Amino acid sequence: MTKPRGATRVLVQVLAVLLAIAYLIPVYMTLVTSLKDPKEINLMTAWQLPSQVNWESYSTAFRQFAPYLKNSFTLAICATALSAIMGSLNGYVLSKYPLPGRNIIMPLIVFGMFIPYQSVLVPLFQFMQRTKLYGGLPGLILVHVVYGLPITTLLFRSFYEEIPTELIGAASIDGADFFGIFRYVILPLSGPPFLVVCIWQFTQIWNEFLFAVTLTRPNAQPITVALANLAGGQAVSWNLPMAGSVLAAMPTVLIYILLGRYFVRGLLAGALKG
Amino acid sequence: MKTSRWLKLIGLCGVVVLLFATVTSAAPQGELEIFSWWAGDEGPALEALIAMYEEKYPDVTVINATVTGGAGVNAKAVLKTRMLGGDPPDTFQVHAGQELIGTWVVANRMEDLTWLYEEEGWMEVFPADLLDLLSTDEGIWSVPVNIHRSNVLYYIPDNLARWGVEVPKTWDEFLEIAPKLEAQGIIPLSLGENWTAIHLWECVALSVLGPEKYGQLWDGALSWKSPEVIEVWELFGKILEYTNPDAPSLSWQQATDMVVNGQAAFNIMGDWASGYMTTTLKLEPVTGYGWAPAPGTEGVFIMLSDSFGLPVGCRNRENAIAWLRMLGSLEGQDTFNPLKGSIAPRIDSDLSKYNAYLQSAANDWRTNKIVGSLAHGVVANERFMNDFATVMDIFLASKNAEAAANAAEAVAIQSGIGR
Amino acid sequence: MTAGLTGNPPERTVKDMQSRRDQVMAAVIILPSVILLGIFVYGFIAQTVRVSMTDWGQEAAMVINPKITYVGMANYRELFTGFLNMRFRQDLTNMFFFTLLFVGFSLLVGLLLAVLIEQLVWGETFFRTVFLYPMSLSFVVTGTIWRWLLQPRGGINALPTLVGLPAGKFLWLTSREQTLTFDWSHIFHYLCLGVLIVSAAAAFSSWTGGDRRKLRARLAICAVLIGILASGILTRIKLLPFAEAHGFNKALWGVVIAAVWQMSGYTMALYLAGLRTIPDELREAARVDGASKFQVYRYVDFPLLGPITVSAVVILGHIALKIFDLIFAMAGPDHYPTSVPAITMFLKTFRGNELAVGSAIGVILLILVSLLIIPYLVTSFRAEER
Repeated sequence: MTKPRGATRVLVQVLAVLLAIAYLIPVYMTLVTSLKDPKEINLMTAWQLPSQVNWESYSTAFRQFAPYLKNSFTLAICATALSAIMGSLNGYVLSKYPLPGRNIIMPLIVFGMFIPYQSVLVPLFQFMQRTKLYGGLPGLILVHVVYGLPITTLLFRSFYEEIPTELIGAASIDGADFFGIFRYVILPLSGPPFLVVCIWQFTQIWNEFLFAVTLTRPNAQPITVALANLAGGQAVSWNLPMAGSVLAAMPTVLIYILLGRYFVRGLLAGALKG
Repeated sequence: MKTSRWLKLIGLCGVVVLLFATVTSAAPQGELEIFSWWAGDEGPALEALIAMYEEKYPDVTVINATVTGGAGVNAKAVLKTRMLGGDPPDTFQVHAGQELIGTWVVANRMEDLTWLYEEEGWMEVFPADLLDLLSTDEGIWSVPVNIHRSNVLYYIPDNLARWGVEVPKTWDEFLEIAPKLEAQGIIPLSLGENWTAIHLWECVALSVLGPEKYGQLWDGALSWKSPEVIEVWELFGKILEYTNPDAPSLSWQQATDMVVNGQAAFNIMGDWASGYMTTTLKLEPVTGYGWAPAPGTEGVFIMLSDSFGLPVGCRNRENAIAWLRMLGSLEGQDTFNPLKGSIAPRIDSDLSKYNAYLQSAANDWRTNKIVGSLAHGVVANERFMNDFATVMDIFLASKNAEAAANAAEAVAIQSGIGR
Repeated sequence: MTAGLTGNPPERTVKDMQSRRDQVMAAVIILPSVILLGIFVYGFIAQTVRVSMTDWGQEAAMVINPKITYVGMANYRELFTGFLNMRFRQDLTNMFFFTLLFVGFSLLVGLLLAVLIEQLVWGETFFRTVFLYPMSLSFVVTGTIWRWLLQPRGGINALPTLVGLPAGKFLWLTSREQTLTFDWSHIFHYLCLGVLIVSAAAAFSSWTGGDRRKLRARLAICAVLIGILASGILTRIKLLPFAEAHGFNKALWGVVIAAVWQMSGYTMALYLAGLRTIPDELREAARVDGASKFQVYRYVDFPLLGPITVSAVVILGHIALKIFDLIFAMAGPDHYPTSVPAITMFLKTFRGNELAVGSAIGVILLILVSLLIIPYLVTSFRAEER
């Protein structure tokens, strides 16, 4: 597209800078507040830089949040890996094998990622209770794997559909069976899709709150719940929730900055997860 | 976190299926999980108790599971998900009264502690009125750790002198001085989020109804639609006009801060605010901050009591019993309460360990007429509480006393108040 | 693949080359997922519907084996017409306005950002990163941060004081002011009005699209709706024995701002991807025909962004309908002016001990989301099959 010239050019640039500042204001506020001494935090002077940088908020927040961060990592890594593996296999089957009812299965699977989880919460709860999975990380991992299946299946299926059928035909003639094709044809081409799916799932699971708050007991809580609890009301010293927010946001923001390209691809491709 | 731990995590990820099977939800032995909503400024008192416990039972790892959020609102939701999930904490904080009886005891979720009371001789050391709140015909269901008073009016004496106002003894007096304060740019009464409005409401209700009729609200003898109750809502509405517009965004501490900072003249809060001002803000009772019974409630003590119970099916029953034993002991109570800013339920507690405010509160506790708090779960069950919060919001939005009274009546019928 | 459910047309499978054993293997591989989703999605939904038609007794919901009685649609009737469930009805109203504002502004801001970035001479990657980063945050983090920024006596309101102006007085999250109020009993009247607007828009699109037959059908629907509205039948329905005002709570602005801040980068990315797929030749052709820059956008770019906008509306819309964590973290669960059904569901279930009513709210949410999603899924997968 042709770029503007002259005055418009400057105007556009200035507008972009102004908007960028607006989008970064919350970051400024968060960092400034988190680095203040609790005594210095006051609604009236919220915008000022701290008179003395107080790193202690971070060490306190980290000490307080370390177990929850660990929970979140265990949860997000395990659930991401499992749902990606299963999604990859499902995508392979649904894109390359003409199973009966294939055209009905897919929309039914995809519907699962749009449902409001409030509509399954009560039975889910009872199910977890009966299977003794309630409260711990394994239960929460299971839940995230299951409700992650629609999106991972959908993503892998669309990726695998782009793999030419001829390739599979050739491997088939060479005597490769179901797993042979998966191992030697599909998997070698699956690098980028795995990256996209894993980034997407990791971000979603890391950020999830409703399941986390209803299905875990305190020692298995992920960071989102711990943060909501800390900021939930009694906190006068806003430096802690702010430092906690930074810690909670760090992993996904880092992924976004380092692997932004894939993040955006997941965003566009999977357009759909809420 | 150490790098080795990350490596381990990544390694685990490789054998993810294996891990899925091996991570078990069963807690290791020798733990005690204590569930409460005491954190931040209220934390140290609980921590002192935990330290005491750990010293006595060094082999037990105490898990201090706190969920913060105004007066335990969030904590209650979390606790419920856990109880429903069949995963009770070993012991949990619960307000004495209907919050305990109406929710947990009727559902057979608690263990009877009568044997513990008998063993420890607690029948004699706790006041009978309090024991009534913890008991049904079938047993005694929790151990009280403290007594708080809810109807306390806070102010800063120097500020009042500067603004030329006296502490109001009645709401009429308050409504008289409030415009004067407003003229000086001072908010007459600071208020916080939703539950603090209910807290204020119960103080207003007591002043209009008096202790007898206030009590009748809960046994069904006084209708929620009666003219007196409508009068309560009307007066409450007038008082609200003198509160800060940003109330819903403030915690109770921030509402207290407004008084301390001189932005507001008065605040009505439970006497945990004394603890906050003494311990966190380092103000001297009497000289630094002043208190009085909420207007029109002199001689009456709206009480609430935090207690801990023993849920059926908890993992570490023995450890929990040891904890309860310690809570009820004189030593436990006199360690906890001076720090928490509350008085000990035990009648033999050593008052010399308490500050000026608490000594006066202990004195009132022994001489005043006692009624139970609504905002803190003593007099009404949780279903009523949950819907009453909605009634309160209907009123805050509409300021229609009659509609609020009708709604409250409907709530009372639905939740079986006074049955 | 951009913004659609499906990418390429379906490929031809290699049926002839696959052995029977592989076919069975494929079925076996997919079976666990199908069973899991069958239970966790459809089984649980069925169970929720069942629970929503029961009564668990007043205080007994916490009992280990509660006494459950079947009550039919009573819980739903209570929610829509019961005196005490005024909160739920305001929740629905809040949800409606929030969805409208959130989706509208996200699209608008996203489009603006996309066009802006297209025009940039330098720093494109930087600006794109800045506008998109909020997407990677959790709603809980966003809520926590914006809760602080929107404190009435600080944050955004204190911003003007930095340049010596008086502080803002807007009560972002805590305002109790209500505008656009209506009586709940007239809800059908307004629903009908809503349907009329949608059909009028549809009629307009078939007029511009030149589809005569559809136009006639749609105009007929409009005429019928106008007739119903004019007759005033719907305003005479008495849902409640008294007038109950609901409306737009100004406190929602705070939530809308935070949500748009978080999600506008997403629509920007969608639109950017869309703009990039439009061939430059098309624009060139328009310019040769004498179109101004604005006209090129108006007549070439924007119409081609239509399908993307539909996807964005569906996705943002269903996020808006389900919104929970953001409001929970920002205003707290007990803040009536910003409450939505998802929050009330949580409180009813886990604080009020009313599991059945909570389930009913869950089902209502599901129905609302389905109204949005199912047509979208059906058309997407139909297009794929073709």
